[in-house]
Amino acid sequence: MPHDDPDHPHSLLPSDPALRVRALETVLTRKGLIDPAALDAIIDTYENRIGPRNGARVVARAWCDPGFHAALMEDATAVVSDMGYYGRQGEHMVAVENTEAVHNMVVCTLCSCYPWPLLGIPPTWYKSDAYRARAVREPRKVLAEFGVTLPEATAVRVWDSTAEVRYLVVPQRPAGTEGMDEEALMDLVTRDSMIGTGLAVSP
Amino acid sequence: MSARGPVFAEPWHAQLFALTVHLNEAGHFDWPDWAQAFGATLKRHGLSQDLDGGDDYFNAWLDTLEEFLGARGLAGAGELRRMKAAWEAAWLRTPHGAPVQL
Repeated sequence: MPHDDPDHPHSLLPSDPALRVRALETVLTRKGLIDPAALDAIIDTYENRIGPRNGARVVARAWCDPGFHAALMEDATAVVSDMGYYGRQGEHMVAVENTEAVHNMVVCTLCSCYPWPLLGIPPTWYKSDAYRARAVREPRKVLAEFGVTLPEATAVRVWDSTAEVRYLVVPQRPAGTEGMDEEALMDLVTRDSMIGTGLAVSP
Repeated sequence: MSARGPVFAEPWHAQLFALTVHLNEAGHFDWPDWAQAFGATLKRHGLSQDLDGGDDYFNAWLDTLEEFLGARGLAGAGELRRMKAAWEAAWLRTPHGAPVQL
């Protein structure tokens, strides 16, 4: 209904699901089960504060610092927690590293489990039936659609996330980046490269 | 860096997401239980159509949360329906531009 229709001067009616969410919020607030301010804080965190830059810092540091790299591969949860990247959906993190021999990619076939503290909220395609079904069945084809073609000799390993275990892909460090520091390297680490549907960008 | 759209495509996606995370953190349910139930809903919805991961993903999320809260006695289907009708009525009687209140 157009809002400038003189016969209907009321506010534009939200969609059915939007009204259902509003109803949930009101009912739960009135019962004292939720705090509306806490909802705003959660949204602000994921819209503005947590995103793939966190993961990019972890990857860039692993590229630069062999001690950090070893610790990350040994116990990623402890290492990223030390950097302040912990909490919801990051309780048990595992880092998997891409090499010439193996390329890792991550999916959640059940729903959309994803390492929120390191990568933020998953992109729409990660949540789609198409990706969730096909990543396991035909990973090379899916990779090709993302523009990633791997050498025949490189094996593809697909990791299925769960509500308990989340994965971070450590992409290969691009050639020609030997002199670059952590900050500069971070810009080469894309979100998709940490899901395994992309490669780190060459400078 | 790869191009990024908004984190949440619609405000209600964000509200629903936050609501669920908040209820989980307040101890009303465990996340693995939630993921299991949500996965089952996605599977059910996905039988009739290929879910694109956008609106339909959050519709499945919403169905799951309503069922979840009903099963745990936190919010019943009847009271949710009545509250939704109340909000709808409030919207319809509020002049455009004014804040909508129950």
